[in-house]
Amino acid sequence: MSTIAMPKPDARILAEAPQIIAALRDALPAGTVISDPEETRAYECDALTAYRCPPIAVVLPRTTEEVATAMRICQRFSVPVVPRGAGTSLAGGALPTADSVVIATIRLREILEIDTTNRFIRVQTGVTNLSVSAELEAEGFFYAPDPSSQLACTIAGNIAMNSGGAHCLKYGVTTNNLMGVRCVLTDGEIVEVGGPFMDSGGLDILGLLCGSEGQLAIVTEATLRIVPKPEDARPMLIGFDSAETAGECVARIIRSGLIPVAIEYMDDVCLRAIEAFAKTDYPKCAAVLIVEVEGSQGEIAHQIERIREIADELSPVEFRSSRNKDESLAIWKGRKSAFGAMGRLGDYLCLDGTVPVSKLPYTLKRIGELSKHYGLEVANVFHAGDGNMHPLILFNANAPGELERAEAYGADILRLCVDVGGCLTGEHGVGIEKRDLMSKQYSAEDMAIQMDIKDVFDPDWLLNPAKVFPLDVSQPYRDRASRS
Amino acid sequence: MNPNSKINGPTEVFSPNDDAELSAFLADSYARGIPLRIAGGGTRLDLGALNAQQTLTSRALTGIVTYEPGALTLIARAGTPLEEVEQTLAEEGQALAFEPMDHRGLLGSSGVPTIGGVVAANVSGPRRLQAGACRDHLLGVRFVDGSGRKIKNGGRVMKNVTGLDLSKLMCGSFGTLGVLTEVALKTLPRAERQLTLVFSKVSLQEACTIFASALATPYEVSGAVYHQESAWLRVEGFAQQAAYRADRLKALFRENQIDVIADEESRALWRDFKNVEVFAQSSEPLWRILIKPSEAPALARSLQLLGGDVFIDWGGGLVWYCGSAQSAEVRSAASAGRAVLIRQGARPASDRFPEDAGAISRLSAALRKTFDPAGILNPKLMGD
Repeated sequence: MSTIAMPKPDARILAEAPQIIAALRDALPAGTVISDPEETRAYECDALTAYRCPPIAVVLPRTTEEVATAMRICQRFSVPVVPRGAGTSLAGGALPTADSVVIATIRLREILEIDTTNRFIRVQTGVTNLSVSAELEAEGFFYAPDPSSQLACTIAGNIAMNSGGAHCLKYGVTTNNLMGVRCVLTDGEIVEVGGPFMDSGGLDILGLLCGSEGQLAIVTEATLRIVPKPEDARPMLIGFDSAETAGECVARIIRSGLIPVAIEYMDDVCLRAIEAFAKTDYPKCAAVLIVEVEGSQGEIAHQIERIREIADELSPVEFRSSRNKDESLAIWKGRKSAFGAMGRLGDYLCLDGTVPVSKLPYTLKRIGELSKHYGLEVANVFHAGDGNMHPLILFNANAPGELERAEAYGADILRLCVDVGGCLTGEHGVGIEKRDLMSKQYSAEDMAIQMDIKDVFDPDWLLNPAKVFPLDVSQPYRDRASRS
Repeated sequence: MNPNSKINGPTEVFSPNDDAELSAFLADSYARGIPLRIAGGGTRLDLGALNAQQTLTSRALTGIVTYEPGALTLIARAGTPLEEVEQTLAEEGQALAFEPMDHRGLLGSSGVPTIGGVVAANVSGPRRLQAGACRDHLLGVRFVDGSGRKIKNGGRVMKNVTGLDLSKLMCGSFGTLGVLTEVALKTLPRAERQLTLVFSKVSLQEACTIFASALATPYEVSGAVYHQESAWLRVEGFAQQAAYRADRLKALFRENQIDVIADEESRALWRDFKNVEVFAQSSEPLWRILIKPSEAPALARSLQLLGGDVFIDWGGGLVWYCGSAQSAEVRSAASAGRAVLIRQGARPASDRFPEDAGAISRLSAALRKTFDPAGILNPKLMGD
């Protein structure tokens, strides 16, 4: 069924599995290591559910020191380690191999320090994204990155994938809100990087770790920048009769000197699904934008008026600005239920390419043409302000060959993103899903230096070894590591 | 190189005209083990490696490649003068939000600041507090490493997690990992108005309390500095927004005597703050110390006991210390933070950057060796 290959499991490691499990159990508190197939089933895939594989064992540490102990044992046995947060990756970033041990951060759940004077929060990385902001609510602060999976996803996973969200147009993504980490290297050494100060003065190793997809270290604690909550925020909904005009509206808003906190885009396929599922009163048209602005009542009114002027020049089908909390919720309701609504339509692949904002109209047109070519429907729902697209390719997993066709269509869309000056992935990561497309964006030398860096942190290539880099490209590195 | 430069450095200068020339030159220098001083426009030659045999500069790699105001994106060759970048953006009502400083006043240098130099040194001014540092606005880089490999990383879009983020690593690596040839940066709208609240006769402790309160408000304070009993807070935005924000802050601090400075006068003031003009007339050593904001008053007291003066930026998060104290004394006083020597004064110092703890030091050295296997790029500038 699957088209993405993983390396053949190492027979030596499979044979040693009982000893590996025993060594982990001996060294860690009871209940930390699970290896019963019934229990490890929950860890055999992430949100890219087309690919599954049970690992040798899953380790669920409660402290950094326990992570270090587990890492040391895995290094001693030369067993690959798959770091895992909540398993919400859409790119297969947390997919195990049969010869691997999963180290998950979900029991690292402590809030360690809240310091509003210096504007940071320090947490263990198994806390969920949403719970960080919840902790700060009473203090009048919040943590800005807000990926759609924020109810479930962990800070560890956010750091690994440099997660963004709807509000990153104004507040930046994880790397812009991460001040420091405590992490564990493959030899079990515990390292502090950065801290509650702005910039370290040395090489930006923190910037390198963020978005490294579990290739370099396991992050167990994080110091996060916190931001004062705005006085208020209000969305508006703008409908257009063509995708191109909606794209043009996005560029004109940004060009005007306004930076809304969010600009979300939904196309007609998505709107129809939402209509059927969430019973919203969105207009029936080719494309809808949700634009959110924030500030005081006066600031909000002023920004809405300026955006109305910009939109009016483009003859929108509808322009609606929220007047109160209920209307705000009504405007956001459809967008928030978009992925659930799409799920009702059948199976889908969710892509994550980013394109320059100016190339949105052309890219949307080409995605439509490719949809006809492949005979598969596509829905577009994405963060338009920063060009991070999430085309959802609809297919039937039970129809022979459809997954393969959907994957081929997805690959074409991602190549298109690169061709127009964008990139393969904005916030989901490369994982296994886009691994073999890396050669489209990067030359052999561009990838070689990245793999050289992995060598520095993980000379034995134990951390997530068959991901991010195309297998044939990483083969010499992995072979050399296994021989040494 | 400017023949009048006070600073002695290797006199032979190579300024490649394109990536191919640069790559060939570095491959050759690598093969022959020739140590190089890496420079942009030469405004910080004081920082360069002392035992280099030649200077390699990116100043001939000039020109804006792409500027799309509607996409908030600028791509420029590394040697493009910062002034040209800023003018181009200003014509479209935009700016580099991280407000890079000009080091010429402080260092008595006479080169031309380049955008590549800004990125290589992660140069970030007062607005770093609110908008982030240069590294936060860097979208992608092209560079040539110490063995002549031509490499690109990142791109031109704001959301990008494709492969490892080498752009961040290059930013602030001071030429020790490679020579930048092109940088892509996020641009932002320039505020219509800016207003500065001036607090007089406040102690640093009081100022830091004011800063912490102001920075906990939603009024997006974009500057918070202190010097000799005065504190300044900056707010920006479209006209009525800036006025609203200033009014709210005045109400919050109604116990204090506050004057307000507007627009051009305010901009000139923050230009001086950005360039740390208060220490431009001095030739004493100058330190840039990054610290937890609440620890700034204690640090300032210890530094003042050593003699000299402090200027506080980033709401306490950045302490500039100008004084003749020995490196060891400054580092000891600043042990809770990270001290970088910006101007060495009369006594040449070899330890410009703070020494890192075990693993970070080891990883940094190994990364430098990966990018620069022969150790020819600004050798020993940031450590072995």
